[in-house]
Amino acid sequence: MSFMLGITPWPVASAILWIILIVAALYLVRNTAHNTIKAAAQGLHRSFKVASKAVTRSEIKLEARNRDVLLAAGREAKERILEREFDRINETVRKDLANYSALHRSLSESIGRIEKDHQEAVDVPPDPPGWVKAVEAVAKMNAQEDRFSVGNILSDIHKSLIKAHKEAMNAYHVASARRHKLLRHMRPDWRRIQQKLTQVGKSVDSLLSRSVTIDRLMQEYEDIVHGQDRAISVLSSSSLVNFFVSAFVLCIAIGGATINFSLIARPMAEMVGGTSLIGNFRTADIAALVIILVEISMGLFLMESLRITRLFPVIGALPDKTRVRMIWITFTILFLLASVEAGLAYMREVLLHDELATSALLRGDVGATATGEYMWITTAAQMGMGFILPFALTFVAIPLETFVHSLRTVVGLIAISVLRALSLMLRLLGNVFLYLGVLLKQVYDIPLFVPLWLEERMARNADDDGLLGRVGR
Amino acid sequence: MRTGIFAALCVLLVACSSETTPRNTGVYMLLDTSGTYNEELKKAEQIIRYTLSKLDATDSFAVARIDTGSFSEKDIVAKASFDDRPSAVNRQKRLFAQQVSEFVETADPSPYTDITGGLLQAVEFLNEKGTGNKTILIFSDLKEDLAAGYIRDIDVELEGFEVIALNVTKLRSDNIDPREYLGRLEEWQGRVEKTGGEWRVINDLDGLEGLL
Repeated sequence: MSFMLGITPWPVASAILWIILIVAALYLVRNTAHNTIKAAAQGLHRSFKVASKAVTRSEIKLEARNRDVLLAAGREAKERILEREFDRINETVRKDLANYSALHRSLSESIGRIEKDHQEAVDVPPDPPGWVKAVEAVAKMNAQEDRFSVGNILSDIHKSLIKAHKEAMNAYHVASARRHKLLRHMRPDWRRIQQKLTQVGKSVDSLLSRSVTIDRLMQEYEDIVHGQDRAISVLSSSSLVNFFVSAFVLCIAIGGATINFSLIARPMAEMVGGTSLIGNFRTADIAALVIILVEISMGLFLMESLRITRLFPVIGALPDKTRVRMIWITFTILFLLASVEAGLAYMREVLLHDELATSALLRGDVGATATGEYMWITTAAQMGMGFILPFALTFVAIPLETFVHSLRTVVGLIAISVLRALSLMLRLLGNVFLYLGVLLKQVYDIPLFVPLWLEERMARNADDDGLLGRVGR
Repeated sequence: MRTGIFAALCVLLVACSSETTPRNTGVYMLLDTSGTYNEELKKAEQIIRYTLSKLDATDSFAVARIDTGSFSEKDIVAKASFDDRPSAVNRQKRLFAQQVSEFVETADPSPYTDITGGLLQAVEFLNEKGTGNKTILIFSDLKEDLAAGYIRDIDVELEGFEVIALNVTKLRSDNIDPREYLGRLEEWQGRVEKTGGEWRVINDLDGLEGLL
C-alpha cells in the first residue's frame, strides 16, 4: 500500500494517478472483459439449461416407466380380482347347472302330479234325471183311464224322486270330497315348485349382480389397458393409500416382533451363553433375532404356498402336490418354532424367579422370595404369547407384499418430484447466471463512468457533425 | 456368491476380534481376621453379597482371609468363576454366599496380619483368570503385623489393578496420634500407585454404589 501511495511525493496525487491508470486500463479492456463476462454467463446458462433438459428427459422417462409399472400392477391386480369373480360365477353356475337336471325332473314331476290331480278334480256333470221319461208316460195317459192307478204311479214317482235325489246328493258329496282331497294334495307340490323357483331366482339374481360387478371391473380393466389418465390417477392414489396402510401394519408387526424378541432373548442365553458376543451384539440376542426372522420367513413361504401372496413366483408355479407338501412342511416348522418359543417364554419366567430369589437372598430379604398366588397367570400369558405371536407374524406377508409393490410406485413418484424440482432449480440457476452476467457488465462499467461519458459525448458530437455535414451538402 | 463369502468373512473377523478383549471382571477380596477386627466380618459379609449381586456371567470372585501367612491358596474361603448360563450363575452365587456365611460364623482370629502376602495371592489369582477388569478389595485396618521370619518387603506388580481399601477402622493408637492412621493410608497408596495400580478408600459402607 505504501508502495502504491509512494510513486509520487504526494499520496493523494499517487492515489489519483493509480485511479486514472486503473480506469484507463479497465476502459481499454472493457470490450474484452464484457465479452468474457457474457461468454461465461451464457456458457453457464446454457450448461444449466442443458442439464435441466437432461433432468427433464430423465423425469419424463421415469414418469413413463412409473406409468408402465403402475399400469402393470393395476392390470395384474384387476386380473386377479376378475379371475376371482369368474371363479365365483363358475362355482355358482357349476352348482346350479349340476342340479339343473334334478331340478327339472323335480319340477316336471310336480307339474305332472298337479296336472293329474287337476284332471281328476274336474267337476263331473250330473246324470240326466231318470224320472223325466216317467212323467212323459204319465202325461200321455188318457184322462178317462183309471185315475186311481195314476195316483199310485205318481206316488211311486214321488218316492223314487226323493230316493234318487238322496242318492244324487250323496254321490255329489263323495265326489266333492274327493276333489277337495285332490286339490289338497296339490298344495305341497305348489309350495315345492315355488321354493325351487325362488332358489333359482336367487341364483339368477346373484349371477346378475356378479355380472354387473364384472362389467364394472372389465370397464376399469379396459381403462387400464388403454392407459387412460383416469385409470392412472385412480391407481396412483390407491397405490399411495396402500403404501401408507401397509407401512402402518408393518409398524404394528415390528412391535409384535419386538415383544416376541424380548420374550425369548433372555432365556436364549441359557442355550448359547449369556456373554459371548458377535461384533458388539450378544450372541443370545442374535440367536433370538434369527429365530424370529426364520419364523417370518416360514410365514412368507406358507402364505406363498397357500397362494395368498405372490412374492416368489417360483413357489406359485410349483405343481399342486409339491405346493401342498410345502404348506405342511412350513406349517410344521412354524408350529415347532412356536412351541420352542412357548418353552422359552416359560424358561424366561423360571429364570426371572430364580434371579429374584438369588437377589433377595443376597440382600438378606428372604421374605421377598415367596411367589404370588396368581403368578401362573403371567406365566401362562407369556407362554400363550410365545406360541401365538409366530403365527400372527405369518400374516406380515400380506402387508409386506402390498408394501413392496406400492413402494416401487411411491419411490418412482418421489424420484419424479425430486427430478422435477432439480430441473426447475437448474433452469433457475441458468437464468440467474445469465442475469448475473448482465449485472456484472453493468457493475464493471460503474468505475468507468467518466471515460464512458466522454465517449458518449464524443460520439454524439461526431453524430451531430455528420448530420450537419449531410444537411450542408 | 462373492458377496456372501465376503459377508461371512466379515462376521468371522468381527467375531474373532471380539475375543481379544475380555470384558469380564475379576474381584479378589481379602478379609482381615486379626484380633478385634474379626468382629467386623459381618460387615464384610454384606459387602460380599453386594459384590455378588453386581457380578455377572464369566466374572470371577474369590474371598480369602488375611492371617499369619496369607500367600497361600489355603486361605481362600470361597472362589467362583461364574458360568455362561444365567441359571448356573444364580446357583453359584447362592453357594458362594452360603460358604462365606459359614466362614463368618466360624472364623477364628489370627495372631498376625500378612496383608502383602494376601495381595500377592490376589494378583496371582486374578492374573491367572485373565479377566478384563481386576479389582482387589482389602477389608482391613491396613495395619500389617508380620510374624518373625516372614519377608514381605516386595514390590507387588499392580499395573491394571484397582485396589480398594474398605472399612479402614481407626485403632486406639490412631485416636491418640491420627498421623499413624494417615501414614498407613499414605504408605499403602504409595505402594499401590508405585507399581501402576489405582488406589481408593471406601469407609462408608452405605455408599457402595461405586464399588464395581
